[in-house]
Amino acid sequence: MQHRAGLSAFAAFIKEITLKRLIRISLAAFVVLAAPAFAQTLTGTLAKIRDTGTITIGHREASIPFSYLDDKQQAVGYAMDICARVVDAVKAELKNPNIKVALQPVTSANRIPLLQNGSIDIECGSTTNSVDRQKQVAFGPTYFVINVTAAVKKSSPIKTLADLNGRTISTTAGTTAVPLLKKYEKTGNVDVKEIYGKDHSESFLLLVDDRVSAFVMDDVLLAGQIANARNPGDFVIITESLRTEPYSVMLRREDPQFKALVDRTLGGLMKSGEIEKLYARWFTSSIPPRNVNLNFPITPALREAFKNPNDKGVQ
Amino acid sequence: MQFDTTVITGSLPYLWQGMQYTLQLTAISALGGLFFGTLLALARLSPIKPLALIAAGYVNLMRSIPLVLVIFWFFFLVPLLLQAALGAERPPQVGAERTAIITFIMFEAAYFCEIMRAGIQSIPRGQVYSAYALGLTYSQSMRLVVLPQAFRNMIPVLLTQTIILFQDTSLVYVISATDFVGAAAKIAQRDGRLIEMYVFVALVYFVICFTLSLAVRQLQRKIAVIR
Amino acid sequence: MGFSLDWSVFLQELPEGGVYYWEMLLSGLWWTLGVAACSWLIAMFFGSIVGTIRTTRSQPLVFFGNAWVELFRNIPLLVQMFLWYFVLPEVIPPLKRWVVAADPAEAQFLSATLCLGLFTSARIAEQVRAGIQSLPRGQRDAAQAIGLDTVQMYRFVLLPMAYRIIIPPLTSETMNLIKNTSIALTIGLAELTFRTREMGEYTFRFFEAFTAATLIYIAIAMTANRVMAVIERRTAVPGYIAGGK
Repeated sequence: MQHRAGLSAFAAFIKEITLKRLIRISLAAFVVLAAPAFAQTLTGTLAKIRDTGTITIGHREASIPFSYLDDKQQAVGYAMDICARVVDAVKAELKNPNIKVALQPVTSANRIPLLQNGSIDIECGSTTNSVDRQKQVAFGPTYFVINVTAAVKKSSPIKTLADLNGRTISTTAGTTAVPLLKKYEKTGNVDVKEIYGKDHSESFLLLVDDRVSAFVMDDVLLAGQIANARNPGDFVIITESLRTEPYSVMLRREDPQFKALVDRTLGGLMKSGEIEKLYARWFTSSIPPRNVNLNFPITPALREAFKNPNDKGVQ
Repeated sequence: MQFDTTVITGSLPYLWQGMQYTLQLTAISALGGLFFGTLLALARLSPIKPLALIAAGYVNLMRSIPLVLVIFWFFFLVPLLLQAALGAERPPQVGAERTAIITFIMFEAAYFCEIMRAGIQSIPRGQVYSAYALGLTYSQSMRLVVLPQAFRNMIPVLLTQTIILFQDTSLVYVISATDFVGAAAKIAQRDGRLIEMYVFVALVYFVICFTLSLAVRQLQRKIAVIR
Repeated sequence: MGFSLDWSVFLQELPEGGVYYWEMLLSGLWWTLGVAACSWLIAMFFGSIVGTIRTTRSQPLVFFGNAWVELFRNIPLLVQMFLWYFVLPEVIPPLKRWVVAADPAEAQFLSATLCLGLFTSARIAEQVRAGIQSLPRGQRDAAQAIGLDTVQMYRFVLLPMAYRIIIPPLTSETMNLIKNTSIALTIGLAELTFRTREMGEYTFRFFEAFTAATLIYIAIAMTANRVMAVIERRTAVPGYIAGGK
C-alpha cells in the first residue's frame, strides 16, 4: 500500500474527484454513442471490470495459508493462487490482457459490506459458505473443507470434545465457532467458559500460556497456529468435529455472468486435478515467510468436493 | 519468558512504513483539526444563535460516538455520499488511507474546538471590552487579543490532545489501513509473536510521546505568562 | 449493488436460541456502563491527587506525579490493554494463578477497568494541573497571606476554582472514557461494541447493528454531557467569561 505525502494526497484526492467526474461524463457519452457496437451485453461485475479496467481482489492479511502477507508484504496463499486463475479467465473473457488487479485488505468484519458496496469484486480468503450468508452474497465452488474442533496441549488429559466439560476454553470473536460452541454446550450438556481472543493468535496465546485448556476453532487454522508456535510438538488437535464447513471465494449476489465464469474456472481446476498441485504447495510444503510446513493432507471430505464441484452452503 | 527479537528486526522496513503513515496522519489531522476546531469554537461562542447551535450539535455528535464507530461509518459512507454527490453509477474508490485522513480531521476538530473554547473562556471579559473600547472590530479583537492568549494558555492541552491523536491513529486497523500498530499487529499475528511485538510497540510509543511531552514542558516554560 | 435494511433483525433469536439480538446488545451495554463507572472513579481519584501534587513545591512529589502521567499517557490504550491482560500475569506468578482460577469475565473486567482508569487518570491529572496553574498567582499568595497551610490552600482556594475552569475539558475526558470502554473488546470483554460486531458477524447486518450501537452511545454521551452542563452552570463564578452576567 502506498502512503503518499500528507497534504498533497488530500489535494490529489480532490483533484481526482473532479477528474473522475470528467472521465465519467465522457465515458457515459461514449457508451451512449457506441452502445450498439457491443454484441454481448455484459452485466454486473464483468461490466464493472470492463468499464473501469480494474478488478479489485479482497484479501486477508493473516489467514495462513489461504490469504496472507509474506515477508515482502505481498498477498499470497492458496486462495490467492486460485483467484489468479479467475483473473486470467476474466482477461480472456473481456479480451483485454491489460486488466489491472487492485488488492484491498479485508477483515472478517468488513468483508461482506465491502463486497456489497463495490469496494471489492471478489473475496479470496477463508470464508465459510453458509446458507445464512447466501442471503447476502454468493459463493464459488468449495475449495476447502474444515472441521471445527479444539487444539489442546499434548500433556493435557483432554482427549475428546466431551472432556471440555467444566473447562475454560478460548475462541476467536466473530467466528462461526462461537454459536456452534454455544449450541454444543446446550445439546451435549457440556458446561464450558469461553474467553474471546480478538484474533486467532491471541486465542492461541491463551492456550500457550495455560490460561485456557483448549482453543476451539477451524482445524486448519489451529494447524497454522501450531506450526508457527515455538514448540509445535507440544500441541495436538482433537480429531472429533463440531461441524464441517466449506470455504470458498465470495461474490456479489445476482450476478450470473461473473458467477458462471468463477464456477467454470474453479470447476476446471478441480476436474483437471491441477488444484491438488496448488493444495500441495500450500498445505504440505514449506510456506513463506518462516518456512513452516502445516502438514495438512487432503481430507476425504475435501476430495469429495473436488470430485463434485458445488457451492452448497452449510446450514 | 523467551523474547524472540528476530520477529522485530526482520520486519523493520515494514514497521517504518507504518510509522511514516502514522506520523503523516497525525500531522495532517492535528493541523486540520486545529484550524476547523478554532472556527467551530468561534461559531459556538458566536451571538448568532443558529450558527452556535449547528456548531454545538456537530461537536456533541462527534464527541458522543466512539472513534472506532466513526471510522467505520466514514469508511462505508464516504464512497456512498460521494456517489450521490457526483451522481455516479458506482461508489468511487476512496481507499482506507484517504478515508482515515478525512475521518480524523472531522473527528479531531470537535476536540480542538472544546479546547479552544475553554481557552477563549479563560480570558477575562474585561479584555474583550477593552479591545472594543480601543476600537477593534470583532475579528481584530479575536485575532489580536483573545486567540493568541487562548492558544498560549491551552498549548499544554492542545499538545496533549495531539499526543492522544498520535496514539488514536492505531484504531485505523478497523479499516485495514496499515499504521505503526497495524503493521506490528499484522506481523505479530502472522508469526505468532504477540508479546514481543506489543512490548516493542509500547516502548516505541513511550519514547516518542515522552520526548514530545518533554518538549512541550520546555516550550511551556519558555512562553509562560507571569501572572 | 445496493442492499436493503431490515430492522426486524433485533427481534430475531440468536442461532443457539433463547436469546434475542436486542437482549445481546443490552447485556453489552451493562458491561460498558459498569466499566465506565468504575474506571471513572479510579480516574478521578488518582487524577485529582496526581494533578494536585504536580503543582506543589515538593520535588519528589512533582517527580512522582510527572512519572505517573508520562507512563500512562504515552502508550496507546490498545497496547496498554494488551499489556495488562496478556503480559502482566505472565510476569507476576500470583496474579497468573488468580487469573487462571477466576471467572474469565472477572479477569477481563478487572484488567479493563484498571487499564482504562489509570490511562484516564493521567489525562485528568494534566487537566487538573493546567487548571490550577491557570489561576492568577495572587490567589496562592493571598491564601498563604491569610495563614492557610498547603492542604487548606488547595482545598479551599485553588481546587474549587481549578475544577470550575476545567469543566469543559473534563466533560470531554468523561465522554472519552465512556467511548474508550469500546477498546476493552480487544481483550474479549463482551461490552457494547463487542456485541455489536458479534451481531454483525452472526446476521451480516452490520449497518443495522452499528446504527443501534451509535444511537446508544449518543444517548449515554448526551446524558453525561447534560449532567456536566448542569454542574457547569450551577458552579459558575461571576466575572469570568464562563460565568455569564
